[in-house]
Amino acid sequence: MGGVALMLAASVDAGTVLALAGLGLLVNERAGVLNLGAEGMMLVGALAGYATALHAPGAGMLLGYLAAAAAGAAMAALFGWLAIGIGTNQYATGLALSLFGVGFSAFAGARFVDRQLPVRGRDGIPGLRDLPVVGPALFGYHPLVYLAVGLAAALAWFFFRSRAGLLLRAVGESPESAHALGYRVRLIRLLAVMFGGAMCGLAGAYVSLAYTHLWVENLIAGRGWIALALTTFATWRPARILLGATLFGGLTMLQFHLQERGVQIESHLLGMLPYLATVVVLVLISRRAAWIRHNMPASLGRIFRPGT
Amino acid sequence: MLRLVARPTPSRALTLAAPFIAFALTVLFGAVLFRALGHAPGRALALFFLEPLWGADAWSELSVKATPLALVALGLAICFRANVWNIGAEGQFILGAIGASWVAMRATDSSHAAVILPAIALAGILAGAAWAAIVAFLRDRWNASEILVSLMLVYVADMLLGYLTYGPWKDPEGYNFPQTIAFLPVTQVPLLSEGHRAHLGLFAAIAAAIAAWLFLTRTYAGFQLAVGGAAPRAARYAGFSARRSLWTALLGSGALAGLAGALEVTGPLGQLTPHLPVGYGFTGIIVAFVGRLHPFGILAASILMSMLYIGGELAQSRLGLPQALSGVFQGLLLFTLLACDALASYRLLRVLRAAA
Repeated sequence: MGGVALMLAASVDAGTVLALAGLGLLVNERAGVLNLGAEGMMLVGALAGYATALHAPGAGMLLGYLAAAAAGAAMAALFGWLAIGIGTNQYATGLALSLFGVGFSAFAGARFVDRQLPVRGRDGIPGLRDLPVVGPALFGYHPLVYLAVGLAAALAWFFFRSRAGLLLRAVGESPESAHALGYRVRLIRLLAVMFGGAMCGLAGAYVSLAYTHLWVENLIAGRGWIALALTTFATWRPARILLGATLFGGLTMLQFHLQERGVQIESHLLGMLPYLATVVVLVLISRRAAWIRHNMPASLGRIFRPGT
Repeated sequence: MLRLVARPTPSRALTLAAPFIAFALTVLFGAVLFRALGHAPGRALALFFLEPLWGADAWSELSVKATPLALVALGLAICFRANVWNIGAEGQFILGAIGASWVAMRATDSSHAAVILPAIALAGILAGAAWAAIVAFLRDRWNASEILVSLMLVYVADMLLGYLTYGPWKDPEGYNFPQTIAFLPVTQVPLLSEGHRAHLGLFAAIAAAIAAWLFLTRTYAGFQLAVGGAAPRAARYAGFSARRSLWTALLGSGALAGLAGALEVTGPLGQLTPHLPVGYGFTGIIVAFVGRLHPFGILAASILMSMLYIGGELAQSRLGLPQALSGVFQGLLLFTLLACDALASYRLLRVLRAAA
């Protein structure tokens, strides 16, 4: 039992980065915008958080997370100005954002590579986290883990139970209709994209500040792309994002676990696992084309110009 | 009050000028960036935009980097025109290099260059195309997003490269360095002139550009492919096969990226190491767009982007700046280009507040 609880805990720890980013991207995809810049926003967020935490000891961690979210939102705003404001191709613009983020974070982050963060206290809820089995399984996590769970619940309510959420979905399904009803489609899309960017930045900072505790070039290593795949995997539903993120987290853990057990598989081959699993999962989900069509926001990736 | 108003059709002059405006803006941003970093902007910009063009040596180096960029971008341009978003050329490049190395390691002293060199190129082409075929198959058969699959396969290819060079293909006499044996001289891509690194691959890139141009403008298959990308409904109505375009685009771009990988590993490198991928597959995306998805435009854009690569190396050795700076410039260039492109469909108008 204790072992299972620890495995679950490790999976959740590893999966939270995907959950945070995936939930953010879910919001902008529900509004009809596909932002392929996730990887770049996460890298810049991870760096912004790390640099801030180093420079401001004491309250540094909290400030770091705020800086990361702000950096992610700023990058998303740039994307939004181009892709939503003047109508550039969403794919190409998102790719540009990722390429820029990879280059910029490597460039600006070079001087932080060997810098150590101050030691952090133990995560979790004091008292409860030391209970047997349920302690590590439920109460021993970083605050952002609980934030991700709370956000998933809040988003489920927002999308399907609130008027604002209905409007957001309308913008993603049929921007022409929402526009005809007098709603400001492009503003709503911009806000959704900035929310997605902020969450990606936060997810990046979770990696650098809470998970690896260090900054290296290309720290995110493709997690942004996996988070993008996750929204399809979850058929654009918040709770399924959490589930998917934990499964992928478990897969990452399995890799280390097998190595500890001395299983004779070369580390490079084991390292392929999360990426191959993403491909397999994507195939399993996508092959039901009708199901995808039914769940996918109908205008995802399409440019909307009012008055045309 | 100034407002952007949509034009009925994009301005032709602005569309043609867009790459140049984008380039000028990138230089300007670069100057601001250098100033912010405390370097004299003039000197730093000269490293990026003048020194890579100075002398025969410099042009040789330019072509060494422009060759793989052009090959990769030509394939991607065909994909993007078909609205197929292959962004995993980096993986196809790695597989091409692995395929070529497999042949190159089998060469002996009695091998003939006339046999071994085509075999190496063919192995690279086949391996790259096979890697892209996975993407095409999963897209065609099960509708899996080619964006995500092709990108995931980049990471898988990178791990495969690590596995081979740290494991079964490691040179037993290489002091435990993760690298294969140095390939025999007979496998080397012939150099264009003694003492310079520029090699025959340059002509392969030019030939590929001409072939791509002929394919896109002079063949029925190329026409079908372009129509399918620009107007999928019209293509369906005309009975053009979207599946065939998908396979053509992905196999073609995989083959070209694979050839680029083969030329890289048997050209400048001469052995397979984990340091083979330096982002040509990703930069190729930018090259394709800067070259307007046109084969000859891509040749010019590949020289420009090669210049940025070399500028990054010079900035590292002379000014101690990180190499990633070239990535920043490349990203900026793509941003400004996309913005200029989109703005070509608008005009700036002065309108009265009441009218808004």
